[in-house]
Amino acid sequence: MADYNEIISQYKDLEGGIIEAYHAIQREYSYIPEEAVAAAAAAFNMPKAKAYGVATFYSYLKVGKRGKNVIRMCESAPCHVAGADKVVAALEKELGIKVGETTPDGKFCLELTECVGQCQATPVITINSKPYGDVTAEKIPAILAEYK
Amino acid sequence: MAEEMRIVLRNYGKIDPLNIEDYINAGGYKSLEKAKAMSQTELIDEVKKSGLRGRGGAGFNTGMKWSFSYGIKTDQKYVVCNADEGEPGTYKDRIIMENDPQSLLEGMAICGYAIGSNQGYIYCRGEYPYVVEKLNQAIAQAKAKGVLGDFNIEVRMGGGAYVCGEESALIESIEGHRGEPRFKPPFPPVIGLWGKPTIVNNVETFVNIPVILEKGADWYKSIGASSYPGTKVLTLTGDVNNRVFVEVPTNTTIREVLDGFGGGVAGGKKVKAIQIGGTSGGFIPESLLDTQLDFDSMSAIGATLGSGAFFVMDETRDMVDVVDRIMKFFEHESCGKCTPCREGTHRMHEMMERLNHGHAKVGDLDSLERLGTVMTKACLCGLGQAAPSPVLTTLKHFKADYTAKFN
Repeated sequence: MADYNEIISQYKDLEGGIIEAYHAIQREYSYIPEEAVAAAAAAFNMPKAKAYGVATFYSYLKVGKRGKNVIRMCESAPCHVAGADKVVAALEKELGIKVGETTPDGKFCLELTECVGQCQATPVITINSKPYGDVTAEKIPAILAEYK
Repeated sequence: MAEEMRIVLRNYGKIDPLNIEDYINAGGYKSLEKAKAMSQTELIDEVKKSGLRGRGGAGFNTGMKWSFSYGIKTDQKYVVCNADEGEPGTYKDRIIMENDPQSLLEGMAICGYAIGSNQGYIYCRGEYPYVVEKLNQAIAQAKAKGVLGDFNIEVRMGGGAYVCGEESALIESIEGHRGEPRFKPPFPPVIGLWGKPTIVNNVETFVNIPVILEKGADWYKSIGASSYPGTKVLTLTGDVNNRVFVEVPTNTTIREVLDGFGGGVAGGKKVKAIQIGGTSGGFIPESLLDTQLDFDSMSAIGATLGSGAFFVMDETRDMVDVVDRIMKFFEHESCGKCTPCREGTHRMHEMMERLNHGHAKVGDLDSLERLGTVMTKACLCGLGQAAPSPVLTTLKHFKADYTAKFN
């Protein structure tokens, strides 16, 4: 795994590039380690509080450890009426965790999200940003098997 | 029956989006050449004359916007494409960028020439990393081919903040800050990215530009509704038989879209409401479905065209439940900068949740209406100003769904 300091150094000369750096770190780690926020603050020459404020403003970015494979269930109105609650229940049952938690083996975490822009096939989940449409409770085990 | 008309999606399915030769063979980059043979003011006048209005939701005259930046003498100006498509039920910009990225680059380069800018940014939402990849490939091909001249384009990723669709919040985000809207005026065409004049246009707006140059302002002006000419790309979701995207002239009616392209309501049920323009759009009852889609016709019925999302709900849907979900969205997405929005979205969701679960307090409906009205006037940006719309329009058209919760 690439060190977050190396990743940050690739972006430090990019004007306003802290968000790009955070994205790059998250691609590597699946989250942004707390220490990486302090490192980014130093590289982009801003107070830690500000770097932390930026990282936590954006819901797509996550500061602090979470599961390797990030499962996100869309709960915006079109997915809501298409039965998002049933899919969430099925995901919780299959993974043995609640929304916001990570599985004990660290493989999966489950989150809710707003619209991911795949509304031609509601309800939608994403795993590591890859969309899966027309998801039903029955399809969950097969989808998760791809990541086990 | 209404016919589809593809201007924005003219190359959809006809070219390989990741092969610039295909785009060039289809006439691509001829409009940029044509634009550069005109003076900047002639070009801006042509865009103004076409009547093209912003497709991101605000509906401002595009050529007029460009003229504000053109008139300023400064060392640097910027062209920014708003591809932070976060409006629930909307995926039109993704369809456009995935299938015809070069059209977007050409539209931005034309804008760059018009206002005197050599630097563009595409701010693409973080949820679309696969689109970002395609855009970067398209930009690399355009650079290698030299078609953009001295105009440079860079992609920046959003971070899942709905408020960044607001242009000054988007600019803050490109600068590497929290995406909080700025006080206006000054507006971005005058003082924008890094304090320089900046044109922020939606993906769909830019993609219209090469065609307007190719076929002329008069041709464009003659399509659709005269006050909001051209076409609009719509995305159909919810209880509709065909969950598809379509591009139609702006004088098409809501009913024509529902029946003609959506194939009617799913399961043979009746339509109860359609929410158009995204999650902040008004709820439109069956009795108003013969309204034209254009900006002004929609405003006249208290609705919006917005992003062109077309969310259909059948007769069995409980409006209070749907609006409860929507207000949770706004509570979550409010950036917290201004009090009317931060507190208002929280309180509106609190009341909607109570109502939805049968625990409403006496006076909640009046408080919702009063708070919603205050927010439309007092909130700093469009997010807070539009957030009460689903509540206010359902209170107006679907009061029975609310009163049923008191029984």
